[in-house]
Amino acid sequence: MSTIESSKDNAEVNDPAARPQPSLLRRLLVDRPEMMIILALVIIAGFFVAVRPDAFLSGINIRNMSIEAGMMMFLAVGMTYVIITAGIDLSVGSLLVLSGVCAVLVMRMIGIDHPAAPWVGLLVALGCGTLWGLLNGFFVAVTRLSPLIVTLASMGIALGIARLLSGGVDITGVPRSVVNTIGIGRVMGIPVIFLIATAFAVLAGVILHRTRFGLHTFAIGSNPQAAERAGIKVRRHLVMVYAISGFCAGLAGYITLSRFASTTIAGHSMDNLRAITAVVLGGASLFGGVGTMFGTSVGVLIPVVLASGLVIVGLPSFWQEVAVGIVLLAAVLVDQWRRSSRSR
Amino acid sequence: MASPILQARDIHKSYGYIRSLQDASLEVFPGEVVALIGDNGAGKSTLTKALSGVIRIDKGEILVDGKPVTFATPQDAREHGIETVYQDLALAVDLNPAENVYLGREIPRPGFLGKLGFMDRKAMQRETERRFRDLGVNLKDMRSAVANLSGGQRQGVAVARALIWAKRVVFMDEPTAALGVAQTRNVLNLIRRVRDQGVSVVLISHSMPDVLAVSDRIVVLRHGSTVARFQKGDAKSDDLVAAMTGSLQMEGAA
Ligand SMILES: Nc1ncnc2c1ncn2[C@@H]1O[C@H](COP(=O)(O)OP(=O)(O)OP(=O)(O)O)[C@@H](O)[C@H]1O
Ligand SMILES: [Mg+2]
Repeated sequence: MSTIESSKDNAEVNDPAARPQPSLLRRLLVDRPEMMIILALVIIAGFFVAVRPDAFLSGINIRNMSIEAGMMMFLAVGMTYVIITAGIDLSVGSLLVLSGVCAVLVMRMIGIDHPAAPWVGLLVALGCGTLWGLLNGFFVAVTRLSPLIVTLASMGIALGIARLLSGGVDITGVPRSVVNTIGIGRVMGIPVIFLIATAFAVLAGVILHRTRFGLHTFAIGSNPQAAERAGIKVRRHLVMVYAISGFCAGLAGYITLSRFASTTIAGHSMDNLRAITAVVLGGASLFGGVGTMFGTSVGVLIPVVLASGLVIVGLPSFWQEVAVGIVLLAAVLVDQWRRSSRSR
Repeated sequence: MASPILQARDIHKSYGYIRSLQDASLEVFPGEVVALIGDNGAGKSTLTKALSGVIRIDKGEILVDGKPVTFATPQDAREHGIETVYQDLALAVDLNPAENVYLGREIPRPGFLGKLGFMDRKAMQRETERRFRDLGVNLKDMRSAVANLSGGQRQGVAVARALIWAKRVVFMDEPTAALGVAQTRNVLNLIRRVRDQGVSVVLISHSMPDVLAVSDRIVVLRHGSTVARFQKGDAKSDDLVAAMTGSLQMEGAA
């Protein structure tokens, strides 16, 4: 997915003065942190396949996992951008809910059988998410408040507004066509949600790794002052990055509606932390400047695979939380070690 | 003598109560090496940043080719052909050297993709490797993040980046601070080389032998003011030190 990555391979081959053997592992860890996590995923999935190949590889289990992963991917895509700028966005789960509530309310207003309702709903969800993201970005970039505090506050505000608008109870009113084509839709047996999520992640990954916008995102996370001196409009860029995260939350909100045919106000209080977990598992650094969309997608899969696999082998699914926590700690330790090993 | 390309007159800059610059001035003539020297905290870096568009000055005048200009952003200074090696290097350490060199002026992909913001990474990498080779900046691994380089190598990247882009003036704020003897000699030779190609260099250094070796003129800052100017050959190390510390009668010479 990234040209940085592929080019590093060449460098290793062409480099006449390549360092001696012991550093190969070190180089892998230093330059390609997401390799570790692929290995972890392969081991975890391999274990479940070995123990219960029939159940774990069954069509229904794979479909369920792909939907779960797809849902999380939307938020994780935006979070990848934000974390690469050394920021954080805690508001995504609440914003998902708020965008969904707004979309449902507007669709009900114009009548859910109205042919334009699905599109209007989509626009409302995306617009709501993007606007909220712009606000987050404004406070982070222009007033220079800590992103943790800004998005913590806006997380509460968004959820509060969502509850006020909906009267605190979940509301139905999602056009059937949306539920049928997206929520439970399949193309050649593959869930539509997974297909959309994959296409979206690939697009976001290409932008992140191949365009100036992506490079500037890394530069800002790496050294905002240097980015500024290189002529990058750092504040404007940060506002856009938080807007992207908001857009992703709005899209996730709409997809969630299609899946449950209703709002799910109480169901997303941990989504923000799950998205952050996925991104960090995927090798991104909370200190900024490092991360790949490919890594994030692997990071999304690990908790999903663990959750379904543990149930299948008959262990309480609570073990999933324990296991994810341990893998997350390991990922952060590796990042720390990388940083200390290279700053001379 | 020709008229200066870049001229700073009566520059003032305060950070709260700290007066970093008060009545600093500097002029850079075509094709010369000017050394800007002074003790720690004299205001050398602040003056450099003011003339690179990184900070706005409180008072004073900046002239390019005799015409007053305002440098609101580093972009403004660059558009006049001014590049800077900052004391803190200003490198994005998670990016590789080529990405640092082209940051903010990436080569677009040809055609429509380029309009969409896609970069031609291959071209950027190739050009960077070629220019680094020209400049004698040798890195074992040109594609690895700058964070994996040693302090001296990073300095090499920052110097090379400025020299690659500079059209008229390069500020170098202690470009040899982390360098060994051989690398320092290389940088000094580079300074002479770009000077001979018509790019003026403002060299900031605490090493009097280096200063005396390459500079055509020497400007001394003390407590934010320009207190003395020397022509090549007029200055001995002792005089420079005296001017920097204000221990001798040089004060009158300002
Ligand atoms: N961003 C800032 N905020 C507050 N004070 C500053 C800032 N930048 C510089 N100063 C102050 O301005 C004065 C001049 O600093 P400057 O960095 O220009 O000195 P210098 O001549 O480059 O010193 P050195 O040789 O140590 O690099 C110092 O007293 C410094 O503390
Ligand atoms: Mg300085």
